[in-house]
Amino acid sequence: MARALAISAIVAVFLAAPFAAPSYYVGLLTKMLIYALFAMSLDLMIGYAGLASLGHAAFFGLGGYTMALLLMRAHASAWIAFPAGLVAATLGGAVFALLALRARGSYFLMITLALAQVVWGIAFGWRTLTGGDDGLPGIKRPVFLISFADQTPFYYLVATLVGLSALAMWAVTRSPYGLALRGIRDSETRMRAMGFNVWRHQFAAMAISAFFAGLAGCLFVYNNRFVSPDALHVVTSAEGLIMVIAGGAGTLFGPALGAGVIIFLEDFISSHTQRWLLVLGVIYVATTLFAPRGIVGLWTDFSTRKRKP
Amino acid sequence: MSALSIEGVTKSFGGVQALRGVTLSVEAGQRLVLLGPNGAGNTTLFHAISGNILASSGRVALFGEDITRLPPDARARRGLARTFQITNLLPSLSVLDNIRLALCGADRLTFRFFKGMASYRETTSRATRLLADWGLADAADRTVRNLSYGEQRQVEVVMAIAAAPRLLLLDEPTAGLSPAETLGLVDMVRKLPRDMTIVMIEHDMDVAFEIADRVAVMHRGELIAEGNEAEIRANKQVSDIYLGLE
Amino acid sequence: MIWVIHTLNGVSLGMLLFLLAAGLSLIYGLMKILNLTHGSYYLLGAYIGSTVIQTTGSWALALVVAPLIVAALGAVMERFFLRRFHLDELPQTLLTFGFLFIIGDVCLWIWGGDPILLPKPALFAKSIDLGGLSYPEYRLALIAAGLAVAAALWWFQERTRIGAMLRAGVDDAETARAMGIDVSLLFTLVFAVGAFLAALGGVLGGPIIGASPGADFDVMLLAFVVVIVGGLGSLRGALVGGLLIGLLDNFGKIFFPEFALFTIFVPMAVILSFRPTGLFGRA
Repeated sequence: MARALAISAIVAVFLAAPFAAPSYYVGLLTKMLIYALFAMSLDLMIGYAGLASLGHAAFFGLGGYTMALLLMRAHASAWIAFPAGLVAATLGGAVFALLALRARGSYFLMITLALAQVVWGIAFGWRTLTGGDDGLPGIKRPVFLISFADQTPFYYLVATLVGLSALAMWAVTRSPYGLALRGIRDSETRMRAMGFNVWRHQFAAMAISAFFAGLAGCLFVYNNRFVSPDALHVVTSAEGLIMVIAGGAGTLFGPALGAGVIIFLEDFISSHTQRWLLVLGVIYVATTLFAPRGIVGLWTDFSTRKRKP
Repeated sequence: MSALSIEGVTKSFGGVQALRGVTLSVEAGQRLVLLGPNGAGNTTLFHAISGNILASSGRVALFGEDITRLPPDARARRGLARTFQITNLLPSLSVLDNIRLALCGADRLTFRFFKGMASYRETTSRATRLLADWGLADAADRTVRNLSYGEQRQVEVVMAIAAAPRLLLLDEPTAGLSPAETLGLVDMVRKLPRDMTIVMIEHDMDVAFEIADRVAVMHRGELIAEGNEAEIRANKQVSDIYLGLE
Repeated sequence: MIWVIHTLNGVSLGMLLFLLAAGLSLIYGLMKILNLTHGSYYLLGAYIGSTVIQTTGSWALALVVAPLIVAALGAVMERFFLRRFHLDELPQTLLTFGFLFIIGDVCLWIWGGDPILLPKPALFAKSIDLGGLSYPEYRLALIAAGLAVAAALWWFQERTRIGAMLRAGVDDAETARAMGIDVSLLFTLVFAVGAFLAALGGVLGGPIIGASPGADFDVMLLAFVVVIVGGLGSLRGALVGGLLIGLLDNFGKIFFPEFALFTIFVPMAVILSFRPTGLFGRA
């Protein structure tokens, strides 16, 4: 009951936001939602499948770039370009899985990082196609029956897609498949001994995760009307990672919250100083030392301590 | 037909021969205990049967089907279940979820993405019933990590039998248990359905004879004796090894 | 003759990569830490080196001071931060990621955003004649320096007591502990040596690659590719991997300028598919 109330309240706040907040903050909220989707998709891998990846920006950027290239270079309609972005990201996830799933732990981290850098390298180096580090400017927001060019309708489009995706990911984590992923995170040998094909489960997890990361990437490109290799950079992967950890891995809600907090801090700090990356670094160190289970973990500890004094 | 037949299985790690041509066959419904000190090759043999390692040479067959090169999950799907010498559970999940996953594995409920686990009522009720049958009903909602070591050993056996395997491998389930807990676990194994073929590793001779229809003794990667209680107790080589240990 | 020059360029880059990858590889081999700060050690080495050269005019001093300062930083990171999370890869990765951002931003703060190139030491500032083409002596000196460090490291690992401890530790930290080896001190030492080598790479590579914001990422990635190809925990892997990647990068830039990174990453992917632990790595 309390949960239903809380969810209704959150939905109501997001629906009412464009009426109450100045447009700058609607823009910021849009960005938060997009990153929340990105962080949740990464949480599927880290918090559920136990696959810590340092290359998640690749799927974000693959989605965004594929869509942007089809729009700008092939003049395709958004009806084609947008789904194509999702397909490209999902395929990217599958390819990464084929190469990286042979390894575990540190090797997996390093391989995902290196593979993501290949994608970055293409976007950066193939100037004739991608515009190199100048990126692809002048992308128009889509017309899906109605125009989403203005900030408010676009915000609603993002909020709806992110909300539906969150629901779908939540359903997946509650399903037998999601339970099996958590089992694999705990012990691969145990799951194999019970007849689970661990590799296929992890492969599917990476593809699903990449799909949602690609969706976040497409929305990101529409939001900025622009894409550059920065979308594929290690820093983007790193930001996603800290959103997941600072929020609380394995909870979906936590990483979404973490995304909101990090985006807000980035916006706030960048408007006052040049030292955002320094602050981000300090957040990394502080989270690891003092809140390894994130905001959600802190909250759980706090509320259990309150209950039994 | 033999439930399990092992023919000339060898395994070497680097230069060390852990298994030197083991041949062994277990009839359906039989309870065989593998006796032997640590390092005799018992666990390596289990790994070769369950697929956690692949035999360097030789052949392993499950109910007549050659499974020598199959991965562990494929063997599990053919009706083989096992426990591990070092407790191997899903520590961050509840006891109920551990059992439910074992049932999902057995029922091939694996790539179900959207319907919640909670709506698979039949799986849940079977898991609950299993826990009740084995006196673990109160532990159902506890996180495995928070159970006592003895409880964890019990849960691991329940997970292995949840799938109603045709062949059950128990790798020293009594390891590290107190005498009272050991009795409880021996009792548990004795209560298992008679048609379930069981191979169990055990170091304690008395425990072994308590459970076994037949005992096989491993020593330095070789099978040195095989037979019923009287035959094993009378075997000079076996008593030498065991007396030498004590 | 031009090909000899391209090859020499590739080999000298390979030697630099070896310096960077050797530390990364040793640290991983012993402690299983994936050190994302490794590129930052390079950057700090180059920046501190440039400041030392500017203020004292002594190249030799820079070659000693910069690596020592960075080695101290590495030791502090290991002792006061990474140690708490021994063998827990995610928190260790996050910590090193954090330091990567902190060091990068502090460098930007102190040394600004313009790329810098260190001057060449006067001793090797000239060019020599190679069959009609002139070739900078500095690059040849770099190759010699890389070989000297490789030999020194080999001697250290194979012929000294600490090296024997290191080898025992890489094989199995528990056994090493049981042998009465002070693993704790060894960890700090190896981390410091790794940081030292990377900073040395920074000073030596300063006149060729230079230092600029973002170089920390680039260097880290190159070093990763080297150890993925060569195999983590193996000095020989770092040397062979370094040379291979140095040559591939150099020729890649000549033949496929738009896909420069591809010529490095495609071989890496191929090696990964067939030997996930790299050419000389152990599972």
